[in-house]
Amino acid sequence: MDLFRSHVLVCGGTGCSSSGSAELIRLFEEDIAKAGLENEVKVVRTGCFGLCAMGPIVIVYPEGAFYSRIRPENVEEIVNEHLLKGRIVRRLLCSEAIEDETTTKSLDEVDFYKKQKRVALRNCGVIDPENIDEYIAFDGYRALGKVLTEMTPQEVIDVIKASGLRGRGGAGFPTGTKWQFARNAVGDKKFVCCNADEGDPGAFMDRSVLEGDPHAVIEAMAIAAYAIGSDQGYIYVRAEYPIAVKRLQIAIGQAREYGLLGKNIFGTDFSFDLDIRLGAGAFVCGEETALMNSIEGKRGEPRPRPPFPANKGLFEKPTILNNVETYANVAQIILKGADWFASMGTEKSKGTKVFALGGKINNTGLVEIPMGTTLREIIYDIGGGIPNGKKFKAAQTGGPSGGCIPASLLDVSIDYDSLIAIGSMMGSGGMIVMDEDNCMVDIARFFLDFTVDESCGKCTPCRIGTRRMLEILERITEGKGEPGDIEKLETLAKNIKATALCGLGQTAPNPVLSTLQYFRDEYEAHIYEKRCPAGHCKKLLRYTIDPALCKGCSLCSKVCPVGAITGELRKTFSIDPNKCIKCGSCMEKCRFNAISRK
Amino acid sequence: MPIDRNGKDKEKFQQLQAVIDDKKGMPGALMPIMQNAQEIFGYLPIEVQQFIADELNITLSEVYGVATFYAQFVLEPQGEHVIGVCLGTACYVKGSQAVLDKLSEILHCPVGKTTEDGKFTLNATRCLGACGLAPVMMIGDEVYGRLKPDEVEGILAKY
Ligand SMILES: Cc1cc2nc3c(=O)[nH]c(=O)nc-3n(C[C@H](O)[C@H](O)[C@H](O)COP(=O)(O)O)c2cc1C
Ligand code: SF4
Ligand code: SF4
Ligand code: SF4
Ligand code: FES
Ligand code: FES
Repeated sequence: MDLFRSHVLVCGGTGCSSSGSAELIRLFEEDIAKAGLENEVKVVRTGCFGLCAMGPIVIVYPEGAFYSRIRPENVEEIVNEHLLKGRIVRRLLCSEAIEDETTTKSLDEVDFYKKQKRVALRNCGVIDPENIDEYIAFDGYRALGKVLTEMTPQEVIDVIKASGLRGRGGAGFPTGTKWQFARNAVGDKKFVCCNADEGDPGAFMDRSVLEGDPHAVIEAMAIAAYAIGSDQGYIYVRAEYPIAVKRLQIAIGQAREYGLLGKNIFGTDFSFDLDIRLGAGAFVCGEETALMNSIEGKRGEPRPRPPFPANKGLFEKPTILNNVETYANVAQIILKGADWFASMGTEKSKGTKVFALGGKINNTGLVEIPMGTTLREIIYDIGGGIPNGKKFKAAQTGGPSGGCIPASLLDVSIDYDSLIAIGSMMGSGGMIVMDEDNCMVDIARFFLDFTVDESCGKCTPCRIGTRRMLEILERITEGKGEPGDIEKLETLAKNIKATALCGLGQTAPNPVLSTLQYFRDEYEAHIYEKRCPAGHCKKLLRYTIDPALCKGCSLCSKVCPVGAITGELRKTFSIDPNKCIKCGSCMEKCRFNAISRK
Repeated sequence: MPIDRNGKDKEKFQQLQAVIDDKKGMPGALMPIMQNAQEIFGYLPIEVQQFIADELNITLSEVYGVATFYAQFVLEPQGEHVIGVCLGTACYVKGSQAVLDKLSEILHCPVGKTTEDGKFTLNATRCLGACGLAPVMMIGDEVYGRLKPDEVEGILAKY
């Protein structure tokens, strides 16, 4: 590779692409050429840097200068000042990167990154994902070479077992053990599959790994194939991820060209190839047996287990399925050793976990933390706290299968077992932060609405039961809750959990149970007092006019679509709560702030 | 407009035929073929499903069963511009429902449907991967972030 004195890394992740980073890349290339620097400075489009909220992000090495929210008109200045004259444009740096008057912090000293540990995301935001040479330059495919030339399949499995790696797709099953089952299974053909269906409706970790470092997944799948004795793999990826699909296609093509996929890899008698299958927007297809049905071209309905996929999976052959992030750890474990990996994390949860941090938090984006980090560190040290001076209310993990963590448990250690113990779960990595304005009953309703929509309908407890639960939640949020509703929800939840066929149904009641556990008073306020403490549920709001502030201008009564406001001009007006449909128009119009909503 | 296999849609069927010839032998070919068919036709009319069934020697009900199972497959023609408002969790807690409601009101169009003039289809989507910009919507390939309900009318005016 040519040597460049500087690299300009521009984020090409989905977040930054949405805020115009492609245009920035074009402008940088243009202006760098104009300045005659094209042989000294290289522009690289990378995957997500993590701090998407500050996007589009541009990082200039060797200084590690961290520019944020860069607009097209800033490019020329960065080229002329920084790249040409060596003067960092402080005005455009991310505010967190400014130490004091004269010094700046480089990327890894910024608070957002300080407590993070990047293993699965090690190359995201560092390399050009569409260039296999860059992956190779960062030790890429060395682990595969080592495995094929120096290790037996059983040795590979033993290393993965010893590392303590557990599945990152949600359930946390030990990866080495899963591979062992499939290795022991008898079959003329075996398959290695990757779950990139990313079902959690509010998360994008796997997508970012695929977009930022697709070869890491391909290399790991080849290693897994060698370990279990397979020669064919499938990556099942959501069709809604066009950039990820494209980068995977490019990466697979390059790997084939380099002989890293295909026949006789590294001159050994090991052969392995990979195909992409596109998911088609069904959450249940993230479940392993449903996913296999879908790859076979059928309706993605779960199959009863046993038989387990390790014995009878895809096309009835022994199959392993792992999550994208699980795979993203594998090559590092082979290269650096099981002990290195096991030195991170807690006793039973080793390594790191990636979270997509979103919602009411300052630094929305992608973070990777060692297991055992506390929620407080994630929210306040990494996430930068809650915007607009609001109070933290809860964080939701595990998406529609998970639960919430209230403020009283901010010091909980983020690992598989601690989260289960408090009624939530690790999940695949969605972490949504909520503040005092979010209604927990409505959040439970939101997730149930999702699961009802996504239930495949194969078994009754899930199909009918979740719908019953949703109906009750809808009533409660509309102010029609009745005494006994909470108990009904609890009974339904218990029955569904015990009798549903697959994980979707078995976990669907979790968001309700966990909000009931920690925010029962909010349910009660809705049911018994017809009040939404967060002021969110529209039908429960009450609009009132403060007679002390009302000037009697009559404006509000003119905009009210249902004639709920009456009064005499220049005296006070009032709202008839029985007529009011809570549209909020009057409050917007009143110039004297006389109308309030509670 | 009805599908006309030997008239205006002839070329599309030829394209689909080529896709089927290419993929026919591979295991689990049905879904990739249907995904390609949807790209070609924009949706999956019953005539196209029948064509695929005939070519693959399977029943129409098998094709239809797959088409109705997956949210990605649409059985009706889509509007000229497809709007997707993100109802992923991160966007929802930041108020994307109000954005969706507003669009539905302005367009006189329920979620999941197409406006009468065929100009817009209004959908709710899951996480678009741009949670940092929540609430987010897409119109075609264009992403709009940090939305407020009262901004959408101005955005629609551009189309
Ligand atoms: C309804 C449902 C949805 C799921 N969605 C996903 C998903 O989107 N991604 C994923 O990796 N695992 C998902 N899983 C878990 C998978 O079934 C499976 O356990 C996992 O992919 C195994 O990989 P791992 O051991 O590496 O975690 C889902 C499970 C259920 C029941
Ligand atoms: S639990 Fe729900 S999603 Fe799972 S098989 Fe039953 S109906 Fe389908
Ligand atoms: S708009 Fe305000 S000031 Fe005027 S009548 Fe209504 S409440 Fe009173
Ligand atoms: S909220 Fe709407 S319906 Fe209620 S009083 Fe105000 S304008 Fe009238
Ligand atoms: S997409 Fe650019 S930082 Fe995440
Ligand atoms: S939840 Fe809307 S973009 Fe992620």
